[in-house]
Amino acid sequence: MSDLRELYQEVILHHNKSPRNFGTLEDANRRADGHNPLCGDRLSLGLKVVDGRIEDVRFSGSGCAISKASASLMTEAVKGRKAEEADALFHRFHELLTGPPDVKVDGKELGKLAVFAGVREFPVRVKCATLAWHTLEAALAGGETASTETP
Amino acid sequence: MTAAATLPRPLDVASIRGDFPILSRKVHGRDLVYLDSANTSQKPTAVLDAMDRYYRQSNANIHRATHLLSEEATRAYEGARETARRFVNARSTREIVFVRGTTEAINLVASGFTWKHVKEGDEILVSGLEHHSNIVPWQILCERTGAALRVIPIDDAGDLILEEAERLISPRTRLVAVSHVSNALGTINPVREIIRLAHAQGVPVLVDGAQAAPHLAIDVQDLDADFYAFSGHKMCGPTGIGVLYGKEAWLEKLPPYQGGGDMIASVTFEKTTYNALPYRFEAGTANIAGGVGLAAAMDYLLGVGLDRIAAHEHELLVYGTERLQAISGVRLVGTARQKAGVLSFLLGDVHPHDIGTVLDQEGIAIRTGQHCAQPVMDRYGIGATARASFALYNTREDIDALVRGLAKVQELFS
Ligand SMILES: Cc1ncc(COP(=O)(O)O)c(C=O)c1O
Repeated sequence: MSDLRELYQEVILHHNKSPRNFGTLEDANRRADGHNPLCGDRLSLGLKVVDGRIEDVRFSGSGCAISKASASLMTEAVKGRKAEEADALFHRFHELLTGPPDVKVDGKELGKLAVFAGVREFPVRVKCATLAWHTLEAALAGGETASTETP
Repeated sequence: MTAAATLPRPLDVASIRGDFPILSRKVHGRDLVYLDSANTSQKPTAVLDAMDRYYRQSNANIHRATHLLSEEATRAYEGARETARRFVNARSTREIVFVRGTTEAINLVASGFTWKHVKEGDEILVSGLEHHSNIVPWQILCERTGAALRVIPIDDAGDLILEEAERLISPRTRLVAVSHVSNALGTINPVREIIRLAHAQGVPVLVDGAQAAPHLAIDVQDLDADFYAFSGHKMCGPTGIGVLYGKEAWLEKLPPYQGGGDMIASVTFEKTTYNALPYRFEAGTANIAGGVGLAAAMDYLLGVGLDRIAAHEHELLVYGTERLQAISGVRLVGTARQKAGVLSFLLGDVHPHDIGTVLDQEGIAIRTGQHCAQPVMDRYGIGATARASFALYNTREDIDALVRGLAKVQELFS
């Protein structure tokens, strides 16, 4: 069970059960849907972006514990940030998930997002953890849909 | 069915397991429990050896050269065709087209029907249980011809609604394409009945037999199927090879699928004439080793006996259904009257993907997701299921391991 506990950290299980910023954002001015066709996960994201800053964000949809917790923690992490900062954070987060096992990623800037470090040992779950972030990118870029299957 | 004498002799599963080398490997330090055979099956030594022997001893191109190796390779490949004929009880090897798999078989027929037989206003009828590979080729056909796709609905148990099939088959219907066994739910469809209904209106039927071939004895003449498609890799054979059975009269009517070597009788820049059946549909160098491996797989299954395999898997299905239903929070998706060895299920509000990851750590391989059957998932209003599927080498112990694994899932996500 030890590897599993690494993956399913308490924080993740908790956010899966009680996700933050869950629901639809009525005054959203950016929206995108994310889809992971491999596992059928679907996620809708609404953002309120003012002067390049993410003032508010909500998500809805269904997905596995990793994708739901990742969406929940992402909304917490990006709320109040500038779009470029969110981009940079995704970049870090992606490194955390996909970097070689022997290279340590400095978790400081990642804050709570560092709980996803265990995903590295489960390569098939990386897409679950990044679905919300890809959807965020699509919303910020003014797109409509993000799929984990587009390169 | 009480007379024991009418029941097939039970399988010696321990000895069968010995035929499958992969079953003795470890996964994450545990004994492998392979419950993903509907996805792809494992291969017995007989198949591995046949392919190895072919490459070591007889490898050459077929139908072309005058040397001994080519003769041996041709004999092996055409022998495989005869084995496939016997396996589905076709009238002639002219009716056995080797393809990459079920997907290619269906695309071959769909492409033929696109250029002939279908026009605007016509209809193609599929069922609500189909795998994407028995939906999308028909959608492409519809796009190209202006025909419409119609769907036989399923009920809550996962049974096709036969009265609807009867209602939907009309003078506009050009073809009915339906699976013999559903990969997502395990439903065994009443294909013989559907074929009878369709033929009453002069409509041909293609049966997707991908999930039936490893589990049921197939007799295309008895079914009176016009086309029957299946994949080697799901029936203990290699990947990259499968069979399209087609009634000779139908294959004669279809235009060629791909152009190239082997499918022609003579080529000039002015005019090319096509080869005889089935070669007209087999352009290019064939998957010869695949054919050899597939024949070995068919011989293996026939040797064990498909009636015995079906009985064994049915016993596992009954046992597995009971064990899973006894777990609080388990919901079985697909409880059709007649089922093959497939248990699709949900566990409380734990997402199937998480179930799959936890089970994998226990060495248990299942499939999670939509099973290439998104319309089935949509029918039940769910995004995904966890699916355990059985083959002849599975045991009650495998199901016990699954049940223990699900307890771990519940513990983690409680
Ligand atoms: C019912 C059914 N039809 C078609 C297919 C496609 O088979 P293949 O991928 O071997 O072409 C599958 C495989 O998953 C299946 O289960």
